[in-house]
Amino acid sequence: MATELAKTVTAVEMGARQREISVSEFFTKNRHLLGFDNPRKALLTCVKEAVDNALDASEEAGILPDVVVKVDVVPTNGSPPPPASQATRFRVTVTDNGPGIVRQQIPPIFAKLLYGSKFHRLRMSRGQQGIGISAAGMYAQLTTGKPVQIISRTSARSAANFFEVSIDTKKNEPRIFESKKIDWEHPRGTQVTLEIEGRYQKGRASVDEYLEQAAIANPHVKLVYLTPESETREYPRTIQELPPQPKEIKPHPYGIEFGMLLRMLHDSKSHSLAGFLAGDFSRVSPALAAEISKSAKLSPNARPRNVHGEDAEALYKAIQATRIMAPPSNCLSPIGEKSILHGLYKQIKGDFYTAVTRPPAVYRGNPFVIEAGLAFGKGPEQAAATADAPAVPLAEGEQHGDDSELARVIRYANRVPLLYQQSACATFKAVLETAWKNYGIAQSRGALPAGPLVIFVHMASVWVPFTSESKEAIADYDEIRKEIKLALQECGRRLGVFLRRRERAKTEFRRRNIFELYIEEVVEACARLKGGKLPKEKLKGQLHKIAMKRTGGVRTDEILGRNGGPEGLPHSIIVTLEGTEGAAPELPSAVTSDVAPQEEPPVEIDEPTAAPKTKGKGKTKAAKRKKR
Amino acid sequence: MAQAKAKKLGVVEKKLVGVADVVITAAERSKDPALAIPVRSLANINFNAKRGIIEMGKRKQARTFFNVGMAKKFMQTVLVADALAELQRADLTTSLREIYYRTKHTMKGSHENTFDGQNESDPLIEDLEVTLAALREELHVRAENAGSIVGPVVLADDGDRVDCARLGKGGYSVPSIVEPEFIQIRRCTADFVLLVEKGTQWNRLSEDKFWRRYNCVLLTGNGQPPRGVRRLARRLHEEYEIPVYVLVDNDPWGYYIYSVVKQGSINLAFESERMAIPKAKFIGLSSSDADTYGLPRNVGIKLNDKDIGRAKELLRYRWFEKKPWQEEIKRMLASGLKYELDALANKDFRYLTKTYLPRKLREEDWLD
Repeated sequence: MATELAKTVTAVEMGARQREISVSEFFTKNRHLLGFDNPRKALLTCVKEAVDNALDASEEAGILPDVVVKVDVVPTNGSPPPPASQATRFRVTVTDNGPGIVRQQIPPIFAKLLYGSKFHRLRMSRGQQGIGISAAGMYAQLTTGKPVQIISRTSARSAANFFEVSIDTKKNEPRIFESKKIDWEHPRGTQVTLEIEGRYQKGRASVDEYLEQAAIANPHVKLVYLTPESETREYPRTIQELPPQPKEIKPHPYGIEFGMLLRMLHDSKSHSLAGFLAGDFSRVSPALAAEISKSAKLSPNARPRNVHGEDAEALYKAIQATRIMAPPSNCLSPIGEKSILHGLYKQIKGDFYTAVTRPPAVYRGNPFVIEAGLAFGKGPEQAAATADAPAVPLAEGEQHGDDSELARVIRYANRVPLLYQQSACATFKAVLETAWKNYGIAQSRGALPAGPLVIFVHMASVWVPFTSESKEAIADYDEIRKEIKLALQECGRRLGVFLRRRERAKTEFRRRNIFELYIEEVVEACARLKGGKLPKEKLKGQLHKIAMKRTGGVRTDEILGRNGGPEGLPHSIIVTLEGTEGAAPELPSAVTSDVAPQEEPPVEIDEPTAAPKTKGKGKTKAAKRKKR
Repeated sequence: MAQAKAKKLGVVEKKLVGVADVVITAAERSKDPALAIPVRSLANINFNAKRGIIEMGKRKQARTFFNVGMAKKFMQTVLVADALAELQRADLTTSLREIYYRTKHTMKGSHENTFDGQNESDPLIEDLEVTLAALREELHVRAENAGSIVGPVVLADDGDRVDCARLGKGGYSVPSIVEPEFIQIRRCTADFVLLVEKGTQWNRLSEDKFWRRYNCVLLTGNGQPPRGVRRLARRLHEEYEIPVYVLVDNDPWGYYIYSVVKQGSINLAFESERMAIPKAKFIGLSSSDADTYGLPRNVGIKLNDKDIGRAKELLRYRWFEKKPWQEEIKRMLASGLKYELDALANKDFRYLTKTYLPRKLREEDWLD
């Protein structure tokens, strides 16, 4: 009976069940789409969204960002807090020195999905859709029931606003629990606090890794990270100026799809088709607009609103068939070779660093810039340590352990580190496709190159094509992959030059060395053969003389000399025990104020930090314990 | 005797000291010390058709000290020469491996070893053999005892009388040095020598007392026969004028073993003079035996690419130029199969003893 009933549902009854789905409800059910698949990733996503927003806001307002990230363990049901690795509940607090948010905008920004300033304009920024931070808030609400807490202050003259908000998931509207004016120690900025369920685990794709990588790509940011294990990690600012402000641009005609064109035609404020084309798109001059109208067999004076159906289709085809200049690239703000170098040098120990920024290119009408960088080696101190280590000679069959670690790829889109779905990412594919063997780096088929190598790839674009909403991997467009490969090849070429140069110096050294070693052996053996009746020192002297002559003597010293420099290696740093070559940044010494960085008396050394030290430069870094 | 021996040792030692002299003289004249080492490869051998042996050519290679590629080898050569001279003075014999250990040490002020493996020192000993024209035995280097003999032969070894007819089925283990100074053949009443490639078949023949029935000496070298076995066969052949027959697997490697016994090897061409038995005969397995003795196809093994390549190389060797040999090898290539001696067991465990060898000997079915 029941089945028969089910069969006879009428269209009216079905109609009664059909209703709108709120975006918030949709995302509540599909939170993995936004990067909240599991507790560990959720913790990372929350930190990431808050930091992205902080940086975007500060940069847009022209403020050098100071960001403090604090992750605390929250004790559950009154018991003392468990160790960070066991904890399941965390409080994430991100504080910036940005412009602050005006009072009435605070609730929608933090508690309304798809609300933001970045979606509707073509300009490079970290965030794109206006989902991130409100989704993080929704996740908090879902797992702990706690609302998002916001403190924001726009200037020292006004009071700070304190809010507690959460999302009404049905209506996708903010619900305000608390709203008051408070005193805040910071003159300006925003602080977000989220209480969420999560897991803190170090290693790959952790919060630690994310912040470290963010510091590499954003050397103009001063970042302080208070870990759940109550450590303080500081990533100092090494570039004292903001990256140039990216300009907002109009869409390029090649980049729009047909439906988009229809909407633009409908919404246009222009009164003529030619005016619409020239006014609403970039790189379309009035002359070009007339040409497009002509080839579409439409009147340049037609009202845009009246162009639809077949006419619109003809227009769309005409646009695709016309040669139009590539979009302007001033909407992009690449990190720049110098900053990448500084970032890598600051965070990764190595012997060689290089960076390449490609000229702008275009995919689907969207301009983009690819940047790549390399950090190679283990740092001179460690290399020297391992060279000294094997104090015992090798037994038969033993070999000097050249550990087969694979290169690490660090990926960025608009300065944001991408930590998940590496193998789905265009950058990763480009790294695999680059023939690293040509540059003296081992690489097995279909694998990452092997060696102590960190490969940095950054894509800057007004619209980065991600493979999913959680922004984890860059989609594989041919144009993008080609640019990445070109950048990597240039980096690889420079690395090859460096390696060959170093190898040559080594062989020259070894050449001289072997003869010295072997002369000793040969003379001893000859003396024994002659029954001990041999003036050993005389023979040794004679042989040494021949060796000197054969290996070029003084000339070898010149080849071995330090005048090799990074010539032919633009935008590169070479680090040796003797010092650095190339434009290495002066790592800031531990000073507690940004105002007067110089003329501080030597600070006492608290503990060594992770950042590389440059021997012979006399700068010693001391970790700063106190936070201002 | 003892006096003659002592004198000869002096000669070898002098030759070894000559290596040191090369270095000293060159150093006096500010020249790069160089050792002229005869090339041991196919390119530097001649087949003397008249004598039926492989002879070493005149090509030499200079091994110099002040050359990055050769410096280590030069140093190692001097070290090996030193170790060999030490043996001469102490009148001891030793193995290749012990020479390796004796010369291995860490170089002063480095973590580099003089030798990293035995594969580095072994060829240097051969280099010195050819360079100094001193036999390995004269250098007092022996290989492992890797051969066996049984049959109506009486030997004297270190004053002990060894009657190879009274050593059960295990026989006497052939030492690697069988020069008359060390081993004397007191008596041999055999009619021929049968040199078998593999131990399995030698054991079968020994167990079946084949040698008694056919009055022969059974020798094996367990694969490529070592110098001692080859030299002993040559001495029996020469001193007692008895023929030598070679029984090997039917594959290119078997053919080559036969040719080494007969004409000498490419690597040790300088030893042919003393080792080769130009009159040795190839008794089997021949590629025609499968038909003649009705071996089923399924006991054959398909020739692999390496086998085929090697067989084609053999076809080009001058000592395989004779028509019957060309036919023999081409027949194997045409059939695409090789046969192991062991395959005869397919017919009967004692097929080799009872049927195969008797018929071969009766029909004088062998290749020269």
